Amino acid sequence: MSTAVSSPVSPASRTPGVLLDVGTFVGRSLRHSARSVDATVVAVVLPVLILLVFVYVFGGAMDTGTEYLTYVVPGVIVLCAAHGSAQAAVGVNQDMTTGVIDRVRSLPVVGSAVLAGHVVAGVVRNLVSTAVVVAVALLLGFRPVATPLDWLAAAGLLALLMAGVSALAAAFGLLVTSAEAAGALSFVLLFLPYVSSGFVPPDTMPAVLRGFAEHQPVTPLIEAVRGLLLGTPVGAAPLLAVAWWGGLAALGVLACGLLFRRRAAR
Amino acid sequence: MAYTVEVEGLRKSFGTRPVLDGIDLRVERGSVAALLGPNGAGKTTTVKVLSTLLRPDAGRVVVAGRDVLVEPVAVRRAISLTGQHATVDEVLTGRENLVMTGRLRHLTKAAARERAAALLERFDLVEAADRRVSTYSGGMTRRLDIALGLVDDPEVLFLDEPTTGLDPRSRRDVWDSVAELAASGVTVLLTTQYLEEADRLADRIAVLAAGRVAAEGTADELKSLIGGETVQLVLPDVATLAAATGVAEARGYVARVDADGLSLHVPTDGTAAGVRELLEVVAGLPVLRVSVHRPTLDEVFLALTEAPAVVR
Repeated sequence: MSTAVSSPVSPASRTPGVLLDVGTFVGRSLRHSARSVDATVVAVVLPVLILLVFVYVFGGAMDTGTEYLTYVVPGVIVLCAAHGSAQAAVGVNQDMTTGVIDRVRSLPVVGSAVLAGHVVAGVVRNLVSTAVVVAVALLLGFRPVATPLDWLAAAGLLALLMAGVSALAAAFGLLVTSAEAAGALSFVLLFLPYVSSGFVPPDTMPAVLRGFAEHQPVTPLIEAVRGLLLGTPVGAAPLLAVAWWGGLAALGVLACGLLFRRRAAR
Repeated sequence: MAYTVEVEGLRKSFGTRPVLDGIDLRVERGSVAALLGPNGAGKTTTVKVLSTLLRPDAGRVVVAGRDVLVEPVAVRRAISLTGQHATVDEVLTGRENLVMTGRLRHLTKAAARERAAALLERFDLVEAADRRVSTYSGGMTRRLDIALGLVDDPEVLFLDEPTTGLDPRSRRDVWDSVAELAASGVTVLLTTQYLEEADRLADRIAVLAAGRVAAEGTADELKSLIGGETVQLVLPDVATLAAATGVAEARGYVARVDADGLSLHVPTDGTAAGVRELLEVVAGLPVLRVSVHRPTLDEVFLALTEAPAVVR
């Protein structure tokens, strides 16, 4: 009965590597996403609903100088990316509080690979839901003038945003003690894009908010994506966006490293 | 003698609270050892240090021939840990859990799949293999948890309270699995609060109390440590009970007083001479009834964990 099991595993059937470990964890997180019906609905349906609300409910009263649909789509895309990426906080927190992490740490793998798995899976998942939002926008009459290269650049910027938010969210998931608290982060990130150039031009806002909206990290990213898709001048926005989100992603990774060591040593 | 686990003078504190206060422990290669103790005795902390999850504050800990502080990764390759709470991924199926663990132990896809299939069969989970773990019963989850520990032929398997919270039937299933493992030559260190479990599964038992090993030996050795038999003396009132306790303790007996039953339980070596000696000590007192009991495992446990000085 146990002969097949107790025969030693031959060295030839082994493949080493940290990247492989990350890949294994990415696969796990993606399976989780695919099987969590409510999370998938939230990730795809919520941004689409927000798009519909802005275009058809608020859109008529908005005066942004262009058709509102054209103006608002980049904002909704970024909102969806930021909100969805915050989900990494919940996944990471669950792994920390359910004992999964003890099992992982007793395996010959780098423990933080499990965090990387959540972050990378978050980027993949959110690129998919972003594609759905873009498809719906196209159906509604959104007409970008982007070249394939522009699309690629916009997708790259969005992926960077998703990586940054996911890494920060993973760190937040390590910091808080319950999945409920971890889930609260996505609400904070749901509101950050509102105070930016995503939904209304900042110069229509009161001075304090305008100052924040013009200088917060979401604004250059929205401006860059808007410019790439609609062919409007972008100025320094893409560089600013890369600097902001590259920096925030690095900060998130650093925080993850420090917090993971502290949290896991309990 | 070849030891797979060697622990000397292990100490560990959380803040200012000492949890392990100088643990010495040895587990022979291919044997099953049990750490037995009440909640808070330090069982889980010991297992976490041995499996490299916690760093010891002091002492030497060698697992599978490697020091946990010097070569933690090599230790992790040689061990497998099944924690107190099932650490299976409930969203995935049983098979996916096994394949994922195989991949994390760096088996190729084909090897991991083959291994998963073999383990599903061995742990009687074939029918449930492709269902999500969230639909499993407690016993099935625990069996899967143990199977996950065997994906890569560990030299040492740590099982932290493998049957806590299981119903009697599931507990029996897990016991069968562990007994079978032991027969296949894996070294197993398990923790438990159930004497019956330690008695049944382990070759040797270390009783842990307040961060120290209160006693160590086979189940029979531990039982004989507190005396083969207990003599119960029933007295007419509280005053004579106190008097009997006094004279017994004055002669070095460690007696347990049952005030409600007005009785005194005194461990002896179980021989006629031993019982006669005790009766002579209380000869001047109006003892109503004398009876001799074989010690239950609970009595062994209570004596060892409440008064470690008795056996030292």
